Amino acid sequence: MNNDRVRKILPWVSTPLILLVFFLAWEAFVRAFEVSPLVLPPPLAVLESLTEVVVDPETWEHAGVTAAETIGGFLIALAFGVAVGVLLGKVAWIELSLRPLIVASQVVPKVALIPLFVIWFGFGMTSKVIMSAMLAFFPIMLNVQLGVRSVDKGQREVMRSLNATRWQTFNHLELKSTMPYVFAGMEVGIVLAIIGAIVGEYLGGNEGLGYLVVRTLNELDAPALFATIMLLSVLGLVLYFAVNSLKRFVIPWHESVYGQHDVNG
Amino acid sequence: MNEIDGRSRMAADSARTVDKTAGARPAASPGPAKLELIGIGKEFRTKRAHTQALSGIDLTISDGEFVSIIGRSGCGKTTLLRMLAGLLSPSAGQILIEGRSLWDGTKADTSVVSQLGVVFQEANLFPWYSVAENIALPLRLRGDGKADRLARAAELAELVGLGGFESSYPRELSGGMRQRVAIARALSTRPKLLLMDEPFGALDALTRERMNLELQRIALATEATVVFITHDITEAVFLGDRVVHLTPRPGRIRQVKTVEFQRPRSIDVQTEAAFGAMERDLRHALDDDEKG
Ligand SMILES: Nc1ncnc2c1ncn2[C@@H]1O[C@H](COP(=O)(O)OP(=O)(O)OP(=O)(O)O)[C@@H](O)[C@H]1O
Ligand SMILES: [Mg+2]
Repeated sequence: MNNDRVRKILPWVSTPLILLVFFLAWEAFVRAFEVSPLVLPPPLAVLESLTEVVVDPETWEHAGVTAAETIGGFLIALAFGVAVGVLLGKVAWIELSLRPLIVASQVVPKVALIPLFVIWFGFGMTSKVIMSAMLAFFPIMLNVQLGVRSVDKGQREVMRSLNATRWQTFNHLELKSTMPYVFAGMEVGIVLAIIGAIVGEYLGGNEGLGYLVVRTLNELDAPALFATIMLLSVLGLVLYFAVNSLKRFVIPWHESVYGQHDVNG
Repeated sequence: MNEIDGRSRMAADSARTVDKTAGARPAASPGPAKLELIGIGKEFRTKRAHTQALSGIDLTISDGEFVSIIGRSGCGKTTLLRMLAGLLSPSAGQILIEGRSLWDGTKADTSVVSQLGVVFQEANLFPWYSVAENIALPLRLRGDGKADRLARAAELAELVGLGGFESSYPRELSGGMRQRVAIARALSTRPKLLLMDEPFGALDALTRERMNLELQRIALATEATVVFITHDITEAVFLGDRVVHLTPRPGRIRQVKTVEFQRPRSIDVQTEAAFGAMERDLRHALDDDEKG
């Protein structure tokens, strides 16, 4: 019981401590070796820059754009990923005939396609949303496909012995049993979606946190660059946390959720 | 404490019955046939091998009868049960439930299957549903209201010794408790035909004994026909009107023994000479299987 409480509190204590030590070490390193602030600004300068960046409404517009691209791309990926995953998981001959193409398209470094998307869809948000969707699609689709196939045979037989209709089997068994896989795909997918949006912004356009990173780089404003990267990390964290919370809410019964609390009883 | 009362009362009851009939009256008078197996065979074809799992199974089970099936591991018991449950089509022969054919080619006639309760060798619970929801799933599927379902689930949880666990989740239960949830689920619709595949295999001896008595009581109270698969000879003889002994490779009926004790039986019948003799015969026969 005592052990349980320690388990709960520990991360909340350890994380700030580790960060504090990290920043102190950073400061010490910069001072000791007299690193140029252009290469590695001291944490205090970054903090100062961060406060400037945070109060600047322009920053929030950029953050909003990146968030919108990421979420848009992610939702598209989710819709298509689930649909295609179910189709491939359920209909063997479609999966068989498409398998070489799917493997090939996974191996292709999709980031290399961004210039093409820029040509086709312009420098606006569309090309980034598509990049984002493209990256997030595969993990979701593959997980859903696996999930659809992994429905337990014994549980299926229970439904059959109860004379369940197709809809009942879907609703009480297939849907619920596939959910953990959908969320596993979503957790990977949301991280890739944000990467897609940022890389898209790096390569074209004049909006978004990715664009801000490139601009601060061009201005050789290292503290602002660091501050922007931090903002991006926070955005990533928030989005991941949102997906993770949704998972906890939707499938509290799954071991990936409850197991985090009672490992080792 | 209640349990012990119940048990001794039951013991007294059946002791009286046994006395009256001198322990040797034929089991339940054969009613109309509930289940007929005619020349049932099953062959599994895989890339590597053809397995003749069952061959030439003929068996007629009358309404309200309790039939135990025993046999060594791998002799085709589960296969037989899956065919009766409408889950696996026989490669030969016919299964009639109340005179209606269960299998039409490889398709099961679902209207024949609907009065069925099945307990599988594995519990096969749904981890996303609580104990009560798992127990009441069959009722939910057939459209019963929520209040009815909850009441019935609570009643059944109590029956299988899981009162107070209604809102627990399967992951919080032991293997034996899960199996008891599966039994409660199979009983929820008060099926007229119960198919049970080693339902008590995961239970300790005492719980098993208690569940045996409960099952006997339920089967008699609901006038259900039961096909009961087990490894345990004592359990087979104690519960069954008849004990069917399957031999392996291919699975065939080696013998069918009628148990000459009136049901309900008390635990005490197990100490009677006739009971012991039947157990011994079956044990020797099963031993032969291994040598063969
Ligand atoms: N789906 C299947 N495909 C191929 N062979 C199978 C299949 N199911 C069962 N068999 C074979 O049929 C035989 C009987 O299996 P079954 O599961 O009915 O045995 P059992 O009597 O229930 O054994 P146990 O007591 O261990 O549960 C075995 O030899 C098994 O290998
Ligand atoms: Mg078996």
